[in-house]
Amino acid sequence: MPKAKVTFEDVGVSVTVPAGTRLIEVSEKVGSGIIYGCREGECCTCLTKIVSGAENLAVPSILEDQVLKDNMAPRRHRLACQAQILGGEVVVRPA
Amino acid sequence: MAVAALTDLAVEVAPGVHWVGALDPHLRSFDIILKTANGTSYNAYVVRGENGVAVIDTVKEGGFADDFFRRLESVARYEEITTIVLNHLEPDHSGALPELLRRAPQARVYLSTRAQMMLKALLKPSGEKPPEYTPVTTDDTVDLGGRTLRFLHTPYLHWPDTQCTYLEEDGILFTGDIFGCHFCDARLFNDRVGDFRFSFEYYYTHIMRPFREYVLDAVALIEPLDIRLIAPAHGPILRHMPRDYLRRYRELATPRLFNEARSEKTLLVFYLSAYGNTRRMAEALAAGAESIPGVRVSLYDLEGGDADIFTDLIEEADGLAFGSPTINGDAVKPIWDLLSSLTSVNIKGKLGAAFGSYGWSGEAVRLIEDRLRGLKLRVPVEGLRLKLVPDADELEQCRNLGESLARHLTGRIEHRELDLAAIA
Repeated sequence: MPKAKVTFEDVGVSVTVPAGTRLIEVSEKVGSGIIYGCREGECCTCLTKIVSGAENLAVPSILEDQVLKDNMAPRRHRLACQAQILGGEVVVRPA
Repeated sequence: MAVAALTDLAVEVAPGVHWVGALDPHLRSFDIILKTANGTSYNAYVVRGENGVAVIDTVKEGGFADDFFRRLESVARYEEITTIVLNHLEPDHSGALPELLRRAPQARVYLSTRAQMMLKALLKPSGEKPPEYTPVTTDDTVDLGGRTLRFLHTPYLHWPDTQCTYLEEDGILFTGDIFGCHFCDARLFNDRVGDFRFSFEYYYTHIMRPFREYVLDAVALIEPLDIRLIAPAHGPILRHMPRDYLRRYRELATPRLFNEARSEKTLLVFYLSAYGNTRRMAEALAAGAESIPGVRVSLYDLEGGDADIFTDLIEEADGLAFGSPTINGDAVKPIWDLLSSLTSVNIKGKLGAAFGSYGWSGEAVRLIEDRLRGLKLRVPVEGLRLKLVPDADELEQCRNLGESLARHLTGRIEHRELDLAAIA
């Protein structure tokens, strides 16, 4: 299975993950400060800054796009409960 | 409550500005978590301009809506209403909205960007399509003809959707829930209702305190304005010395340790111990954490205080470690009492950890960690469970846990490379 690497800057941890893994599946396991509310892409609690590698994430769904817009999320921010790592390297930190 | 003084008519707040709210003197419990000894009010307002009439917020549904419409009809006709402003969509302020929209279908609704989804959810049961609405943010305006409504984006006070609306020419600020309180008095104005400070502060503590960073943002937006009257959505209308209430909000929301400990991170270690084993773990953990420069550690035995005191401490802390023995497969009750008392402060993103001695099965540590994650703390270091009496090596593990927590607090962590399969 293709692999990808995601780094959580706030806790200094890089994790090798299977391609297709969502950030939410990893961040709590390593104790990152990314926090969650609804876990369904609606509340925007898990807004996360993509420090680098944004192109290695699946493009946001229409719903995620709308939630980001409604919450006036800055550029290069995603919902950790939705963002899927497709490959390569991604570096993130809590928004 | 002074009931006799209030009529069914709207009450003038300023020329062309009327209170059209409703009183609920018999309410004793609000949103389950708040008590009130004399009820509350649902304040709504009408502003008349040369080219239109604005209704600012509505009231709870039921008999309160009847009062609202009766008062509204005493100062405006439905066909005159051009503008409906929703500063906050919680049902106690939006209950009469569906009916108002039926009676004034031509009116355009103005609300914050984050309120849009809530508006649709609120109107679901009526089966009607949402009204024409405009999402607004700071400095967007509506011209009523000689009168201008200017919006202020003040989210999370106390929902994501909240905003304030400033009537520029009159210096009147319609604030939604901020500066409000559950205090019911038909005399309506702060200079006429007597002393209601207890209610004002109680409301802040239970509703606004968890959002104090947002309170400070809002206060900073409001302070430069010429404020002659604050019109909140609950409780007395603040026309006498309104800036006093603004100042008080700033005082209440300002972090207490701002000046004395900004250069240090605070780690609080709470514990309970039946036979002294979890206490020894707590002391070793604290000593380990204290060995890292830039961390101030304090130890507290939960048997020696109650949740209120510890809540204050927790609000100002950066990290929290909880030690509990396992008794009958669970952490002990004072831990759960404390962890269920923290809704009045913002603990999101603080560092959390758990530890404890056990004699048999040792579930407490994992249960506490799960609860900490549920409360949106980050738990970067796995907790420590030790069977019965910790020996020297085990106390060293406790020290190491403390050092690791302190490194996380101060950002002195060594980079680690992991594989998801190994941590799943």
